[in-house]
Amino acid sequence: MTAKPYSPLTREQMAWRAAQDLREGDYVNLGIGIPTLAASFVPAGREVIFHSENGILGMGPRPEPGKEDPYMVDAGKNKTTLVPGGCFVHHADSFLIIRGGHLDVSLLGAFEVSEAGDLANWTTEDPAFPPGVGGAMDLAVGARAIRIIMEHTGKNGEPRILKRCSYPLTAAKCVKRIYTNLAVVDVTPQGLFVIEMIPGMTLDKLQALTEPKLQLAPDWQALAPPAAPETRAA
Amino acid sequence: MIDKQVKTTADAVAGVRDGSTVLVAGFGAVGVPDILLDALHEQGARELTIVANNSGNGDYGLARLINSGRVRKVICSFPRSGDYSAFLNAYRAKSLELELLPQGTISERMRCHAAGLGGFFSPVSAGTKLGEGKETREIDGRLHVFEKPLKGDVALIKANKADRWGNLTYIKSARNFNPVMAMAADLTVAEVDTMVELGELDPEAVVTPSVFVDRVVVVGAHP
Repeated sequence: MTAKPYSPLTREQMAWRAAQDLREGDYVNLGIGIPTLAASFVPAGREVIFHSENGILGMGPRPEPGKEDPYMVDAGKNKTTLVPGGCFVHHADSFLIIRGGHLDVSLLGAFEVSEAGDLANWTTEDPAFPPGVGGAMDLAVGARAIRIIMEHTGKNGEPRILKRCSYPLTAAKCVKRIYTNLAVVDVTPQGLFVIEMIPGMTLDKLQALTEPKLQLAPDWQALAPPAAPETRAA
Repeated sequence: MIDKQVKTTADAVAGVRDGSTVLVAGFGAVGVPDILLDALHEQGARELTIVANNSGNGDYGLARLINSGRVRKVICSFPRSGDYSAFLNAYRAKSLELELLPQGTISERMRCHAAGLGGFFSPVSAGTKLGEGKETREIDGRLHVFEKPLKGDVALIKANKADRWGNLTYIKSARNFNPVMAMAADLTVAEVDTMVELGELDPEAVVTPSVFVDRVVVVGAHP
């Protein structure tokens, strides 16, 4: 097999790209996994306020080794910090913030997204393990903009952007933008529009890795994050 | 003189009956009333329905209750957290029932009971597997499911400071489910790090007002 004529983005590069779209003053919830990395790549000088479902508004970066606070964990139960201006709310208020449309952006991971913007990210129905949903359905329904970060294809190269999701839905018609390791795709009532592709990628090659029809946005651009994006304290 | 402080953790959980619904606060390992859970284990109540975000870790607290076969049902959002082998074994043996709910639906159903309301319509889980079988209504063009209030017979709470009336404060993200669970049970029991004199807590900073709290026991500081 010949080498691919393009280099898919790393997890950090995907998170970097998603972080560029966060605006000054946005209240943002980051899902577990790659989305969590996005906090480190918000452009310097831009103030973005991170919410954690367990009642933190103004969540900061991971603590330095030795400075972990046992009373400070994030949604993934990892140790975290509070930024100046941050505060705590109890769980019912935290989910009021989520469900009530008070968050500007929810960046989530996904197993699958459909061309209608349906999201499947809570269960693969593995019979050996109990399902867990956590705050996934609340976030998918409540935030003003649902954006997904995920690998464009699965382990065996199968498309994860599908005509219809094969896994149980988290919420229907909620996803607005998908950041993958190959492209940035917008979900619109007129269909899926590729707004960015990595160097060496073509619409035909991307279409072969995507089930529903893709359209190239007239003003599409190259998706070219820094090779090793510089992190900063969130 | 009102004094809600009890001397021992056994006093704190005295009278919990078999078949009770027990609200267990905490998120992951933070803000969990593990000492009260161990006291409940000693107390011996059986056939419990537990409402919690997760399903217990290791072989202490909630996990210990599960390992001892005291738990009939767990209502939670995310059982797969940390070393949840106690829950996993019982789940695979089908010796307990799991009711999986979205996290915000759990907290809002409890708040709803606390507020004296008969339920609410929520867009969360509408059209999904977790919304199946629930009454639906389209509100402003969006599908909603009906959620009933969720009441505890007992709530087990972990707080930082308390006074003898039962006013409570918390530490950082250990607040989590504690305030909403404290409001939603017939009997609310708090394990706390320390007691302070009445009037010492800043009234602007009391998070759980005393009206929601029935018993307080001092267990010392531990996360």
